[in-house]
Amino acid sequence: MAKVTVGAVNPDPGSSRNYETGSWRTLKPVIDFEKCTKKCFFCYDFCPDSAVEKTDDGPKIIYAYCKGCGICAYECPKEAIELVPEEK
Amino acid sequence: MKTVILGNMATALAAKLSRAEVIPAYPITPSTLFPEKISEYVADGEMDTQFILVESEHSAMSACIGASATGARTCTATASQGLALMHEMLYIASGMRLPIVVAVANRALSAPINIWCDHQDSISERDTGWMQFYAEKNQEALDLMIIAFKVAEDKRVLLPGMVGLDAFVLTHTMEAVDIPDQDKVDEFLPPYKAPYGVLDPEKPMTFGSFGTPEYYMEFKYAQTKALEDSEKVIDEAFAQFKETFGREYMKIKPYRTEDADIILLTLGSMSGTARAAVDVMREQGMKVGCAKMTVFRPFPTKELMDICKKTKVLAVVDRDISPGFGGAVFGEAAAIYVNEPKKPIIMNFIVGLGGRDITIPDFEAMTERAESALSAGKPERMVEWINLKEDNL
Repeated sequence: MAKVTVGAVNPDPGSSRNYETGSWRTLKPVIDFEKCTKKCFFCYDFCPDSAVEKTDDGPKIIYAYCKGCGICAYECPKEAIELVPEEK
Repeated sequence: MKTVILGNMATALAAKLSRAEVIPAYPITPSTLFPEKISEYVADGEMDTQFILVESEHSAMSACIGASATGARTCTATASQGLALMHEMLYIASGMRLPIVVAVANRALSAPINIWCDHQDSISERDTGWMQFYAEKNQEALDLMIIAFKVAEDKRVLLPGMVGLDAFVLTHTMEAVDIPDQDKVDEFLPPYKAPYGVLDPEKPMTFGSFGTPEYYMEFKYAQTKALEDSEKVIDEAFAQFKETFGREYMKIKPYRTEDADIILLTLGSMSGTARAAVDVMREQGMKVGCAKMTVFRPFPTKELMDICKKTKVLAVVDRDISPGFGGAVFGEAAAIYVNEPKKPIIMNFIVGLGGRDITIPDFEAMTERAESALSAGKPERMVEWINLKEDNL
């Protein structure tokens, strides 16, 4: 546990990167690259958590942070993203 | 230099003398003259201040919070419904430990609509974590604003403070006020140095962050501790103020209490009337004194107990009401004695709500009831309304 600062100020911001939220997910978005155009990047644009990366090979979901909200699947014009239940 | 000014001019002058760098304000009776004077000072080039016109008191306090977090000295003024509208932001200001100062023109709350004096507005903000000072006269309103900045910005405190001045009785009344020299105020109140420095895009920081259950209690404890620690800092500031400007302030100022059987505890402008009433009653041989509470938060427990050490009846005069219980000041004055084996009879009088005048006969009536309580061994009623027109009920 870190020491509390005056007024809860964090003088070292950007720390949400250290807080992996992927475990919150119950539905996992999986991209079907047969259908994906690999260039529209709607999923990248709409992801509210910046959990989609832009790569030369198309979008890449960062599962360490993706909370599984499904917005990418909803917005995908090619319906190339499927929400698969997380099962352990 | 002594000048005859209104209470609202005294608080505006205090903001100017304190070199407040950002003043967001929204006008509300009876504090409207404050933003008017500030905009005048800024327009005339007398004040190097960012004056922000906002669309509500909620925005005014939000802008104060933002400005203060960047490291700027900031203040505003409001009253009644305006302070109530700031309510949620008041917690944020104190939780973020921002030394904002607000002049509260103490006014009754609606309904029915009433623009006149009582202390309900700021008393209702008791638990927001702000320091609270109450002025008896315009001179005190000016001085206490400067003192409030001094204490608020102290590294041991870092909490906001409000200075109450009674609606109309002070805000719209001309009184001779000794305006301190700018040099002396600068010496007493050096520029504010924020604990993390000035907010700079080159050095980003997170303000108003999330406090999960693992952390929240420690933040609240630290904040509570800071308000308790402000007791000592207030005493130091009062002492330094006396040294610099010659005027003496005390958290509770006693008057003829040495041998008093009965002590009337007051806040704000009614305190002068209480002293006059005490003089009248002393002439008649009654052993009565009074005490003026200047600092309500942090609650001056020790000081009040010291003053009441030998007294038999402590009569708490509240210009506010917590419906379903009694006066808020009374509740606290009584609570501090809960574990004391020896305590005075403590009784409560509700007076002057919505601007009803508080007169010498009112204090005589209270003292009379206190005397009855003393001879009976306990008061007939714990809470009593004074000068209530019972025929009209």
